[in-house]
Amino acid sequence: MERSEVLDAVRESAVELLKVEPDQVTEQAAFGEDLDADSLDLTELVMALEDRFGIEVPEDDLGDVRTVGDAVDLVMAKLGSGASA
Amino acid sequence: MTVATAATAAASRTSAASAPAAATRPPGGPPVRVPCRFLGWGAAVPGGRLTNADLEARLDTSDAWITERTGIRERRTSGSGETTASLATAAGRAALERAGVAPSEVDLVLLATTTADTPCPSTAAHVQHALGTRGPAVDVNAACAGFVYGLHLAAAAIHAGGLSRVLVIGGERITAITDPDDRATAILFGDGAGALLLEVAQPAAGEAGPGLLAVDLGGDGSAIPHLGIPAGDRYLRMDGQEVFRRATRAMATSCEAVLDGAGVSAEDVALFVPHQANRRIIDATAARLGFPADRVAVNIDRYGNTSAASVPMALAEALDAGRLSSGDLVLLSAVGAGLSWGSTLLRWGA
Repeated sequence: MERSEVLDAVRESAVELLKVEPDQVTEQAAFGEDLDADSLDLTELVMALEDRFGIEVPEDDLGDVRTVGDAVDLVMAKLGSGASA
Repeated sequence: MTVATAATAAASRTSAASAPAAATRPPGGPPVRVPCRFLGWGAAVPGGRLTNADLEARLDTSDAWITERTGIRERRTSGSGETTASLATAAGRAALERAGVAPSEVDLVLLATTTADTPCPSTAAHVQHALGTRGPAVDVNAACAGFVYGLHLAAAAIHAGGLSRVLVIGGERITAITDPDDRATAILFGDGAGALLLEVAQPAAGEAGPGLLAVDLGGDGSAIPHLGIPAGDRYLRMDGQEVFRRATRAMATSCEAVLDGAGVSAEDVALFVPHQANRRIIDATAARLGFPADRVAVNIDRYGNTSAASVPMALAEALDAGRLSSGDLVLLSAVGAGLSWGSTLLRWGA
């Protein structure tokens, strides 16, 4: 899957759950500082991505997610490991 | 003692059990599996109030933080002489008075509680004695999901025969096991009780009367480390994000299993009464199931999470406000420590 497709999916979920504008959701945007998301927002966002991509993200992995780009990386990594499993 | 990854197992169990009934659907809506009438309801809360401002003064937290993440503004707390038994008794008495049923006409008291006043005897025994009901009384511990389990057990007792009237109560003094200095949990919990009186019914052939249409119960003990009282501790400990995630999924899946089992969709349901654990779990579940806000019972802002008491308290409040009429479908759902979860679809009617 292309990185841009994953970014589009993260953007779509972020717009819906965080009530932000699409152009705010760049790879560099930090969930906390730039998108005003708290820990439960991030949990909800990751759950939406799990449903969308059929992946599983353990709670422990969320600690590394600070920016939208981090979330895209995480999804890409899960999709990669899923394909090779 | 199956500790299941129960979502799919529960779904197939419920729909399998409901399938034969669905084939003979009478006019007037889907059939009930256990016909019973809901004669009365009641709720009780203790006198103490704990507001977000009180918590701000004591803990490193803020009204905005609590409201944003939980939707809770205040909780009720028990003081001297207020026990799980006294709260449950008050709620049970209110239900009997509303029903116009004498305590001596009640065949069984089921008390859903996580906070029995003493390990022995059951707190239900105290309630039975205080109310003056006849016959058995037993505690049911399925944490926050206990009242839904109690309803299922009441329906089973009625269905099996012999018992005509069962008083199901959810009652908690959950602040007794809440660490006042733990800001992750102290902000969440409050005390209270709610009750519902069920009576056996024999509907005429083809009549879609009141009763339970479908039930889904499930458990996943792999969540034990994330929510509960650890060995050697006296207080509840919770891994909030993990519980949030698991609870949101379990509640939505369980509700879907019940709706599918009864062959109805969210549009057919007049009111969704979810466990009041966190406003955001309620909102996320309601959105996923397709319930608009005006068909969801919410009172978490005033009572916090009252564990097994939350569903009957929210149901009683909705009934007092006239939000349900005879013939309406009501979806109840709760998730608690264990995890244990349960959902049931009722057709309301006395």
